[in-house]
Amino acid sequence: MPSPAFHVPDSVEDVVALLAADPTARPLGGGTDLIVQMRSGRLVPGSVVDFKRIAGMTGVRHEGDAFVIGAATPCTALKADAALAAAWPGVVEAANLIGSVQVRNRATMAGNLCNASPAADSVPALVAAGATCVVAGPSGKREVPVQDIPVAPGKTSLAPGEFVVEICLPAKPAGGGDAYLRSTPRTEMDIAVVGAGVSLVLDADGTCTSARVALGAVGPTVVLVEEAGKALVGTKLDDDALAAMSQAVQAASNPIDDKRGSVSYRKAMAGVLARRAVLVAATRAGAKA
Amino acid sequence: MNAPEQMKQFRHVGTRPVRPDGVDKVTGRALYSPDFKAPGMLWGAILRSPHPHARIIAIDTRQAEALAGVKAVATGRDLPTLESLVMHVGEGASDIVDVSHNCLALDKVLYEGHAVAAVAATSPEIAREALALIEVEYEELPFVLGVEEALAEGAPILHDNVFTKGVDPKPDKPSNAAMRVEMGGGDVEGALASAAATVTGRYSLEPVHQGYIEPHACVASWNGDGQAQIWTSSQGHFSVRALTASVLAMPQADIRVTPLEIGGGFGGKTTIYLEPVAMVLSKKSGRPVRLAMTREEVFRATGPAPGAVIDVRLGAAADGTLVAADVEFLYHSGAYTANDAGAGVSSAIGHYRIANTRVVGVEVLCNRPAAKAYRAPGAPQVNFAVESAMDELAGKLGIDPLELRLKNAVVEGDPQTTGLPWGRIGYVECLEAAKAHPHWSAPLGPNQGRGIAGGYWGNYGGPSTVNVSVAEDGTVTVATGSPDIGGSRASMAIMAAEVLDIPYERVRAVVADTASIGVSMVTGGSRTTFATGMATVQAAEEVKRILCERAARIWGVAADQVEWRSGEVTCLDGEKQGQVMSAAAIAGRSFHSGGPIAAVAALSAKGWLPGFGVHICDTEVDPETGHVKIVRYTAIQDVGIAIHPDYVEGQIQGGAAQGIGWALNEAYIYSKDGKLDNAGFLDYRMPVASDLPMIEAVLVEVPNPSHPYGVKGVGEVPIVPPLAAVANAIHAAAGVRLRDLPMAPDRVYAALHPEG
Ligand SMILES: Cc1cc2nc3c(=O)[nH]c(=O)nc-3n(C[C@H](O)[C@H](O)[C@H](O)COP(=O)(O)OP(=O)(O)OC[C@H]3O[C@@H](n4cnc5c(N)ncnc54)[C@H](O)[C@@H]3O)c2cc1C
Repeated sequence: MPSPAFHVPDSVEDVVALLAADPTARPLGGGTDLIVQMRSGRLVPGSVVDFKRIAGMTGVRHEGDAFVIGAATPCTALKADAALAAAWPGVVEAANLIGSVQVRNRATMAGNLCNASPAADSVPALVAAGATCVVAGPSGKREVPVQDIPVAPGKTSLAPGEFVVEICLPAKPAGGGDAYLRSTPRTEMDIAVVGAGVSLVLDADGTCTSARVALGAVGPTVVLVEEAGKALVGTKLDDDALAAMSQAVQAASNPIDDKRGSVSYRKAMAGVLARRAVLVAATRAGAKA
Repeated sequence: MNAPEQMKQFRHVGTRPVRPDGVDKVTGRALYSPDFKAPGMLWGAILRSPHPHARIIAIDTRQAEALAGVKAVATGRDLPTLESLVMHVGEGASDIVDVSHNCLALDKVLYEGHAVAAVAATSPEIAREALALIEVEYEELPFVLGVEEALAEGAPILHDNVFTKGVDPKPDKPSNAAMRVEMGGGDVEGALASAAATVTGRYSLEPVHQGYIEPHACVASWNGDGQAQIWTSSQGHFSVRALTASVLAMPQADIRVTPLEIGGGFGGKTTIYLEPVAMVLSKKSGRPVRLAMTREEVFRATGPAPGAVIDVRLGAAADGTLVAADVEFLYHSGAYTANDAGAGVSSAIGHYRIANTRVVGVEVLCNRPAAKAYRAPGAPQVNFAVESAMDELAGKLGIDPLELRLKNAVVEGDPQTTGLPWGRIGYVECLEAAKAHPHWSAPLGPNQGRGIAGGYWGNYGGPSTVNVSVAEDGTVTVATGSPDIGGSRASMAIMAAEVLDIPYERVRAVVADTASIGVSMVTGGSRTTFATGMATVQAAEEVKRILCERAARIWGVAADQVEWRSGEVTCLDGEKQGQVMSAAAIAGRSFHSGGPIAAVAALSAKGWLPGFGVHICDTEVDPETGHVKIVRYTAIQDVGIAIHPDYVEGQIQGGAAQGIGWALNEAYIYSKDGKLDNAGFLDYRMPVASDLPMIEAVLVEVPNPSHPYGVKGVGEVPIVPPLAAVANAIHAAAGVRLRDLPMAPDRVYAALHPEG
């Protein structure tokens, strides 16, 4: 059994060239999914391309009030950026629910996204926040909404030779707030049975003017539930609006029955967690409106 | 922290010095099983069955043998054919034929993960590649996983030579009911019929794993002259030697087993899985061979604690006096006959005085890995059912659950299930301590509830050998044959220092290999501090006697004219009166005054007493999600005398943590095709630190009069009460009675929302 080739290129172009040359090649971020999958024999790449050495790949850049997060930035580092944590606490918290401290010191949001697990924790929060990512490939760079990357469990829309170089979060809208909550049997070191990310904006009198609700682990990919957002817009998040939102969430949930949760439990939790996340996001929006 | 202040009767017992193995462990220098390497060593790997039940038609190893770098291949045919022989080595008995077939299957595989063949090669990669080249032809057989299904008409029979033991007359058909144990007396039905209140319930538990961090591993080296060495960690290297020698039909003295540091066992390392296989590979290749399990192999192929289905009926008079108990349970035995039913029967209801009782336990074979001991093996399952039923009964009677237990708790002199009187036990003392503890009366928040449960474990004594020797400078070495799992080296050093009245640091305790000390039973049954401690005290006393005798000889006075005082010999006689001679002075001259100073104590310790515990648990149940948070937990236990209170508290906290895990989330999950679906710590959910509050351990000290320092076993008791304590707390918090473990969020949610 030959071991895979290991490359440590120092430019985006070299990464693209190496990935394009071998369709089985895998980019290496924190490796907290990739190495586990290789060890277990589930994945046997011909080569591994570590892009962490490339200048600018690690760290958070501020562009005005918007944020650009290098693909190799470990989740722990997101917490250290005070402006990011203040603007998008839901995203930063979601990324920092992943695994344990040790895992998060390596793990990246880009890896979380490109691993394409339906239960990835940071992805619903990113989708709710309206994040995009910049993809580099043989034909240059393109910007893609985060929700368009995963297409099925373990599969992405990335073409051969493409990889994510950065994740972009917009400036926090005035009166905006976000939150991510997940349900796991244990408090840590667990995989979401259901995850719910919410981002919303409240106007001065507390009326919701926009809302995005995204769910994890209730379908083959993260689900952006437009109906759930609509149920909130124009309301003051009263009980009826929340009930309608929860119903929309449950209707959009199409989970599987597996060792981590039953269909009925996952659906029920999707409704509960989305409501709780809306309330946390609203508190944050209110507190900062 | 919570130990009662010692009355100044001891100098060392009851203190908390640093353990001698501590620095090596926290600096990563300690040598655990998977760390050990021998020069020229080969890497072994084991091929395991993909089927839960199948006949092995043929195994073709030719391609594997032909692979460059492969030095040996072994199958079940390489192990000698043995006569059935039941050996009592670990916690419970095993038939050596079963042990052999579990190490390498012969004609049938009985569970997914059952070892079928093994290779040794010059690298782990080659070994794995060779496994893929072994061709095994199987005839798949119907399989059965559940205990009730396994007893149903037409269920696939695992062994056609197993006829239910304990049934008279011997049944004429083989059965998956391997063993039936029954105890009790009186008129159960009559007493239940006339009881003022009765409760009835069926409870179930899934098998759970011991969850030790260190996977099984060993290195074996079998020389041309027939002598062999094995390096491994276990709960008993003498058991490893006895079992391995028996499986290989060779003399025990030809194997020297060197114990390595153990990274947890909890009962699961009282048996062998790898050693005979590594031995055979070593013999065939002529080189030392290492075998080490992956975590996945540990889950698929090593013993879980049995799951169970348990029926309980309890009856009480209006004043709360228990009048009848009827308990009947089926335990998962797994692939081979296990031993938990007996202990389950004897620890089911013995903590209460009940006139009319019937307790029946059945071991049921099924296509899962063979069940193995796990901390108080057999007790937590049945205790969960009985202590849940006690709670329900208290509710029906309108009596406080603690008072109901206090009213019926056994005390010294009460008859045990066996009829013999209980010795100096401390159940009532624990219940009183619970009642007096601030936790019992603390206010609760919204969605919170408090549960209590009591339980016990019989503990054990048994054979131990200890050698206490004095170096030329007067420092002391205590060598035992008991692997140190819970800090026993520190406890042995404390006890020897106490006897000799010398500083703790002048005594070092080690675990000696099988060639360097006499036979000692496993570290299990909570026996080591009790039994090996007794041998340590005895040997240290003898060393003290020798030192006195030598001093008398050097001074030229009569032996009774010297006395041991403050770690030295004082002369009482004539003009030398008041002179002192240190151990160093005596030992320094020992080569010319009688020879080296050492004493061996080899004994089979008697007079052990059971330990009792009472746990108080507060839970908070999220009514919308079914999540259960343990908000406060207090574990009260009669520990006899705590030799080293830190390690006693550690045992109590660890046992409670494991019990909480069993209660809340731990379970083996099988797919429909009979394969384990959660063979790893991600989906086999033991509690993580953030799942638990600080577990407060309260030590109640009711000394054991049969031990020189009052020791009772402490390690197993604390896993007994948590299952029911948590269930009772959930009932108090949310009004739902969960009778099926684990009480995972989806299960609690389903109970709270029966409409779905
Ligand atoms: C113990 C443990 C606990 C975990 N707990 C959680 C959890 O709670 N929640 C959760 O969501 N996940 C969890 N995970 C999974 C994992 O940690 C996360 O998905 C993590 O975010 C992956 O990031 P990474 O940088 O380590 O990715 P890697 O392992 O480096 O990569 C993951 C995949 O994405 C590809 N990839 C990586 N970077 C890029 C890129 N820039 N462009 C294109 N493709 C890329 C890789 O080739 C690979 O296929 C856990 C993992 C472990 C080992």
